[in-house]
Amino acid sequence: MDDPRIAVIEDRLKNIRTILAVSSGKGGVGKSMIASLLSVTLAKKGYKVGLFDLDFTSPSTHIILGVGKLFPKEKKGIIPPQIHGLEYMSIIYYSGKYASPLRGADISNALIELLAITRWNTLDYLIIDMPPGISDATLDIIRFIKRIRFLLITTPSQLAFETVRKLTELLLDLRVPIIGVIENMKMKESEFVQQQIEGMNIRFQGAIPFDTQLEAAIGDVEKLLHTEFGQELQSIVDKMD
Amino acid sequence: MHEWALAEAVISTALQIAEKEGIKEVKEVRIKIGELQQIEPDILEFALSQLKTDRLGSTEFNLHTTKAELKCRVCGEKWTFDKGKLDQNKAEAIHFVPEIAHTYIKCPKCGSPDFKIQKGRGIWLESIRGVK
Repeated sequence: MDDPRIAVIEDRLKNIRTILAVSSGKGGVGKSMIASLLSVTLAKKGYKVGLFDLDFTSPSTHIILGVGKLFPKEKKGIIPPQIHGLEYMSIIYYSGKYASPLRGADISNALIELLAITRWNTLDYLIIDMPPGISDATLDIIRFIKRIRFLLITTPSQLAFETVRKLTELLLDLRVPIIGVIENMKMKESEFVQQQIEGMNIRFQGAIPFDTQLEAAIGDVEKLLHTEFGQELQSIVDKMD
Repeated sequence: MHEWALAEAVISTALQIAEKEGIKEVKEVRIKIGELQQIEPDILEFALSQLKTDRLGSTEFNLHTTKAELKCRVCGEKWTFDKGKLDQNKAEAIHFVPEIAHTYIKCPKCGSPDFKIQKGRGIWLESIRGVK
């Protein structure tokens, strides 16, 4: 038996110029914050941007962006609603405030379903907020989106960096493009991460200092953009652009 | 209704298989629909009839629904999906993403959300028959 959904995924993404997965080997390094503000920053620069929260069991971009009672429209599929100038898609529309305890096969199925039925408009960028690690969602994204590129996030901690190093090696082995690494939550001067990244011939996109004011700005995009974190990210995006 | 999106997926897959197997004229496509997804067969059938291309001009789409069977991974209890026990919003969420069943359905015996959807999930292209 054939799963018909797979045949239509490429077609659903054909009008998107760049598809970028924001990923890390570890949780808690700031992937969702960077994916959310990267999306908003690109949209403010005039690009057409979509954000897809792929962390099905622990979605959080809706909290960062202060998404209220949005719901996709149905029109021969589902149309992601707009917020802060972005087309925004998350499983949260369906799971609401309740937990979604999903095993790997369920995550794959939900991912295929949403890729097959979501109708994005023409976009310059689709930013995908990935769950941590190198399990089902990461492997599926690589399997189903041939044009995928990765932006990796680490912290200065050797615990986070070691997992990012492994993720980097996996992506290099699979010949999946990595556009670079951002070092987040930097607390003291050290070039360790940058040297290691550049030693693997990967672009070091920049470092963002640990920002004690960030938590208080969650849910308010304008405030977030004016935090030290937001400003640093914008200067990294300016250099990437 | 996202039956249209799924119909497009069926058409794409049928054409891919026909191409691969050298079928010039597809006579029949058998489609299995899982009850859990609550697909409206009439809408799916209409969408298929609207979307089909020349190669599928005389194709008969045979749809049949499989009852959803769930089995608890914790206590082994088996049960069937009962849409009537869910409010409309929850049933609709499962319609869009069947895995959301794990959010709203619990094992009737032990209360665990850790169950396997043994049968009746999603949509499958079961077989394709035609003239080579």
